[in-house]
Amino acid sequence: MNIQTGLLADGRRLHLNHGPIDAVIEAWGDAREVRLAYEQATIAFRDVLPALVRELAVLRWPLGDTAPDLRGPVARRMLAAAWPFRNSFITPMAAVAGAVADHLLAAMLIGRRLSRAYVNDGGDIAFHLSAGERLTCGVVGNVLAPTVDGKIELVSEMPVRGIATSGAATKGTGGRSFSLGIADAVTVLAHDGAAADAAATVIGNAVDLPGHASVVRCPASDMDPDSDLGERQVTLAVGTLALPEIEAALAAGFAEAERLRQSGLIYGAVLTLQGRFVVCGDRSKLMQAA
Amino acid sequence: MGDPQHDPVASTDTPDEAALVAAKAKDEGIVVCDACPVLCRIRPEKTGACDRYGNIGGKLARLDPFVVAQRTIDQNGRMVPFVGADWNGELVSGAGTFVTGIGAGTTYPDYKPAPFIVSSAVDGVDMVTVVTEGIFSYCGVKVKIDTDRYVGPEQAPVRVKGEQVGHVTTAEYGSQMLALGGVRHLTGGSKKEGVVACDTMLTLCNKGAVEMQVEGGAALTVQAGKPPIINGAGEERMRVGCGSATIGIFARQWQGHADEVIVVDDHITGVLTEHQAGRFLDLRPAGIRVRGRKSTPGRYFQVANPGTGWGGTDISDPLSIIEKIDPKTAWPGLRLLMVSTTGEHAAWFVLDGALKPEPAEMPEAIEAVVARIGENCEPALSTVIFMAGAGGSLRAGVTENPVKLTRSVRSALTRVTSGGAPVYVWPGGGITYMVDVSTMPDNSFGYVPTPAIVGPIEFTMKRATYAALGGHVDCIRPLDSLRAVERVKTISWPPANPWPLDPPIGNAP
Repeated sequence: MNIQTGLLADGRRLHLNHGPIDAVIEAWGDAREVRLAYEQATIAFRDVLPALVRELAVLRWPLGDTAPDLRGPVARRMLAAAWPFRNSFITPMAAVAGAVADHLLAAMLIGRRLSRAYVNDGGDIAFHLSAGERLTCGVVGNVLAPTVDGKIELVSEMPVRGIATSGAATKGTGGRSFSLGIADAVTVLAHDGAAADAAATVIGNAVDLPGHASVVRCPASDMDPDSDLGERQVTLAVGTLALPEIEAALAAGFAEAERLRQSGLIYGAVLTLQGRFVVCGDRSKLMQAA
Repeated sequence: MGDPQHDPVASTDTPDEAALVAAKAKDEGIVVCDACPVLCRIRPEKTGACDRYGNIGGKLARLDPFVVAQRTIDQNGRMVPFVGADWNGELVSGAGTFVTGIGAGTTYPDYKPAPFIVSSAVDGVDMVTVVTEGIFSYCGVKVKIDTDRYVGPEQAPVRVKGEQVGHVTTAEYGSQMLALGGVRHLTGGSKKEGVVACDTMLTLCNKGAVEMQVEGGAALTVQAGKPPIINGAGEERMRVGCGSATIGIFARQWQGHADEVIVVDDHITGVLTEHQAGRFLDLRPAGIRVRGRKSTPGRYFQVANPGTGWGGTDISDPLSIIEKIDPKTAWPGLRLLMVSTTGEHAAWFVLDGALKPEPAEMPEAIEAVVARIGENCEPALSTVIFMAGAGGSLRAGVTENPVKLTRSVRSALTRVTSGGAPVYVWPGGGITYMVDVSTMPDNSFGYVPTPAIVGPIEFTMKRATYAALGGHVDCIRPLDSLRAVERVKTISWPPANPWPLDPPIGNAP
């Protein structure tokens, strides 16, 4: 498959596809600036997947005490984002989508004057806001039945330039990765896309009911022989849960999110499971009902 | 990768041979995808990292292929490949290829290529086919289940995985009918209801089996073109008619060979000599009274309980439905046939001196009529009709003035097909059509998470007609150009379907 690049039907958004990477990009500003920014993103995109593949084996290894020597710019972003979580199981792959988004955003901003821009890599988003600008994000509680359940108003003063969602929509049901947890969705705001992506993965894994009979799991390698999660049990399906169980699972995820927020790794998070949700962080700044 | 010498993959899109060998699967059934440098190893029936390629039956397959249906070119059904080395440009630019809407759009969020507008010259007339995939929120599935078994009361909710996805609707001859899906279940209820309703329609339309439960009724397993399974029992044959109708159909053929015929049926059991048909033939009353409630002469309701025995009742001994034999009317030696509405069960009796029915060997002439009952019972099937309306935006993809497309379809200048299959366009406003999913290529349907069903739809007309209705003439591309579309998949044309490019398609616009 060749790299595919082009504007979407609306003539405004740029779509970049190579293998498993699909990025949708939109920028606001002077028409010439936007065009040049799109060109820069397109050029930067050419080497993204080949460079990742060169170091893929290392990127799939669990992190330990010694940082691997990675060369690619996206790989280094992935490592930086996953590094704070190395005390429990994590691989740099946990941040791949957010890191790709950050890399493309950085490339398109070099020398350009844009009021706003975003790079959406399959739901993991990096964005740019110049002073006084804002961006409204819809939060979807269930990717399988998407409606905008709430809105997050991102303003330039916030220390947030990345937003990522991890959730139950695993391979075959709308998503492209696996989760160890059972959350319908965990949306995280952080200083960049890779940091948000890694944290969403970690918090998503923490929303869990270990050993619960209604949760169907299987080893990740049964689904994908090369999964970075190896033999770990990944969630395939979650049956209907009782309200106390939903609350217990969300509480476990919330505790992890709160720990990350207090160590400055994230700005906030919204966790949803079977119609219930909890907000970590300043709720008034984060969520507005849709 | 610490050691660059061991990099398994070069940096280009074309993996070198060593890399492919390195990635070759040792595990059983794994397919290595070489569509991009990631070289996913894909387990059977799973997809690669991109979800666009999968391991289908041990082969790498593009999962949303764009389907081009080709008419077979000779009696042996040999196909000329549309894509590939053996491709013969002349045949393709002729009338032998029809581009379906399957895979023309995509279910992937945020990315929807423009529909294909393709031209091909047919009999010297430049034909235009506008190909698209419609995203249908207003759509439903009508299911016809050939059975006389009790499925549930009319209007009863039909549930899948506990969610209501439709209801039992008006019964038709020999069949129970379900109306499933529809906009109210898709988007009017809870999210889960919408997802399950969408999944139910998608599975049925792609010819898959769905288990469902009728409230206050039966558990059903329904699959297009397959016998229905009702409360665990597979239905085999559709009865030729109710017991009364069976009497009417075969009365003349029994005359002279039997003195009485009782057709056992859960709905209406028929008794030949009492029945209008027997009276018409001046048959002598036999004096055998069956159980149940008499409806009109020779027609009885509720001779037994519903079940899986004779004629959809719970009986295994046909004599158990006989209430009494009137000694004033019956006579020794009276020949009695008892048979079910499908001919699956039949027994022959002769009354002895005490007017007690004794089993006897069935005469050939009677056997022949019993066999004929069976012959006239068609196989019981579930059939699935997809029904949807082409809305304003879909029509706008075809022309700048959507209502002109509707009018063109109405005046038969434009032919509508779905995956190349013929459709029935409902009268009245809009383009609301019905299509038998069994006439469509496999896996023609997809979904978007709205939720809504994605189905193929093609509009075929003369080029001049297309221009006259304000079509996107500048977007017309020659058929040959589709050869460059990477994901084209060629399928054989189902011979039962009419060829959409054949005349007549109206005259002047």
